[in-house]
Formats: sequence, C-alpha cells, structure tokens
Amino acid sequence: MAQLQVDLVAVEEKVWSGTADMVIARTTEGELGVLPGHAPLLGQLAEPSEVRIKSDGREAVYEVTGGFLSVSSAGVTILAESCEFSDDKR
Amino acid sequence: MPAQLLQLRRRVRSVKSTKKITKAQELVATSRIAKAQERVAASRPYAEAITNVLTALASNANIDHPLLKPREQVRRSGILLVTSDRGLAGAYNANAIRTAEQLRQRLEREGKQVALYAIGRKAVGYFKFRGREIVDSWTGFSERPGIDDARTVGEAILAAFNAGSDEGGIDELYLVDTEFKSLLTQAPRARLLAPMEVEKRTSKEPLPAYEFEPEPEELLAALLPKYINARLYSALLDSAASESASRRRAMKSATDNADDLIKTLTRQMNSARQAAITQEISEIVGGANALAAAGSDV
Repeated sequence: MAQLQVDLVAVEEKVWSGTADMVIARTTEGELGVLPGHAPLLGQLAEPSEVRIKSDGREAVYEVTGGFLSVSSAGVTILAESCEFSDDKR
Repeated sequence: MPAQLLQLRRRVRSVKSTKKITKAQELVATSRIAKAQERVAASRPYAEAITNVLTALASNANIDHPLLKPREQVRRSGILLVTSDRGLAGAYNANAIRTAEQLRQRLEREGKQVALYAIGRKAVGYFKFRGREIVDSWTGFSERPGIDDARTVGEAILAAFNAGSDEGGIDELYLVDTEFKSLLTQAPRARLLAPMEVEKRTSKEPLPAYEFEPEPEELLAALLPKYINARLYSALLDSAASESASRRRAMKSATDNADDLIKTLTRQMNSARQAAITQEISEIVGGANALAAAGSDV
C-alpha cells in the first residue's frame, strides 16, 4: 500500500518525520483525512487542533497551535507554531 | 627594591584573576556557539516549509495583501536593531549599531522619518545615552531567543506596520542583525523585512491545482504574520550565534594577552628579586671585607 511522507515541523525543531498511512487534522473548515494520492491542498488548522498520524496500526496524536497543513505530491507537511505530543494509541 | 617587588607581585595576582574570568567566558561562549548552531539547524525545516507553502500559495492564487505591497509614499521607516544584552563581545555590538546608523542616515537623506526599535540592552543603552527616542524595545533574551520572543516582537512590529505612518506607525521596516558566516566571520546586515517579496514559482510544467481551506486571501492573511515571526526568529538565532562567536574570539585574545602579561611581569619580578639578593650579598661581602681590612690593621 502506498505511504505518505509526513513531516511535522514546529518553529523550534522538526517534531516528527517519516511515512504514515493516513493523517487526520481539522482545518478551519472542518475535519479532514489525508490518504496517499490526495489532491494538493493548503489549509489553516483550527485553533487548537489535534493532528493524528496513523502508521502501522498505531496512531500518534499531537496537539498543534498556529498550524498549517500542506499536501503536495511530495507528501504532507504540517507547520506548527508550537506542537505537543499528547497520545499514542495502538 | 622590595617595594617594587611587592607591586609586581600584586599586579601578577590581579592579571591572573582577570585571566580566570576571561577564560571562563571563553569556555562558556564556546559551548553556547555549538548550542546556537544546533538551534539554527533545528529551525531550518520550518523556515523551508513555510517558504514552500507561501510560494505555492503565491503561484496558485492571485494574492494581494498590504504586507506584500510597497507603500506609494513612505514617510516613516522603522529600523529594528538586534544587539546583545551583555558586552565583552568584541566589535559585535559596535558593528551592528554602525550598520543601523548608516541605514538611518541613508533613510533620512531620502526624507523619511526613522522610528527605532531595539532588541538587546546594548542597543537600548546606545540610543538612550544619545537621547534618541526608542519606539519599543525588548531585552533579556539575546543569548537564548525563543519563538515566544520572536512572536512578541513580530506582533508589535506588525501592529505598527498595519497602522501606517498616518496613525503613528511605520510604512516599511528594516531589520539589522548579524549574520553568522563562520566561527571567524560574522557580518552585520540590513534587510527589508516588511513589505516583503514572495517569489512566484515560474515553471513550464502545469502547476498542481491546489485546494485551499479557507479561501486563499484568508490563508495568506494568517500565514504572513507567521512567516514574519519565523524570519525574526531565525534572525535572532543567527545573531545569538554571532554574539557567542564574537565573545569567544574577544575573550580568547584577552586570555592570550593576560598570559603574555603574566609572563613579562613574572620575569620582571624575578629579576627584581635577584637584584635585591645580589645587592644584599655584595653589601655583606663589602662589609666583611671592610671589617677584615680594619682587623688586619690593628
């Protein structure tokens, strides 16, 4: 199955980088899930927003403030002003 | 003679304790450079990502925002000067301040008013001493700037820029900071921070059609302040690295000087002591000879 290249970067450091099956985030317009092959998208994340990154049956949850979501053919980039790891579900 | 000896001994002791201070400062600065460089490297992914997003946005939508348009008439320019909180950093602060002064003179020749914004106690002290008005200043984080510091500065400056010169704000903003080129070279530079230019990607391939959430205009309005903050943050980090590098170099040469001084003074001290001893011996020998001569006469 195709995988997504995901980068989660905060201003002060790169928080997470790797491949994932799916990214779920909430933009100002509504919740959205990104699967491999998603159309290019630029979005502003809701304030505050939960970003969930699913990979290998695990789900990492990050609390993101001041965030933006960028989906392109190269992958998904989540820009965050600050970002905190909040949960790791199996 | 003994008086001179005591004096020399006192000077050696004083130079030694100065050397301890400069040596410690040098070591601290050395470790801070490494940390500052790590932080610069850690902030790079975000800076690249936000630039990419802005470029994508600019290439896909017709963007129009006050932050991107030079004002037709610039009456008041802002200068944001980044310096350190502490001295003992060689020419670091002097160079940054000189660059800002040159820029100020240029702007004033162009008939613009200049509003000063200062970061770091050294800039504040410099302008206060000369009785210049500082519009706003921030201190206390020059060696370890955080994103919160950059955000505080960014918000104040954006507010002034958005107000424009008619309402006591500014029409354009220059940033004067110090570029960390290498451990040995740091150069002050002045750049225009606002209004800014966004590069549009011009490629022959058809651009991917982006979806925007929310509308491009809103997205841009939300993104630009973050972009300014990121630029400010990287300027603060670069300046912090430069400050530590300058301090390390200044403290290294001070330590070397102290070493030389201690060596010279110790030599002088030894020769003074030897001279005193020689004189005492020759006095004793002279005295004994005189006594012997007097005894043989009797």
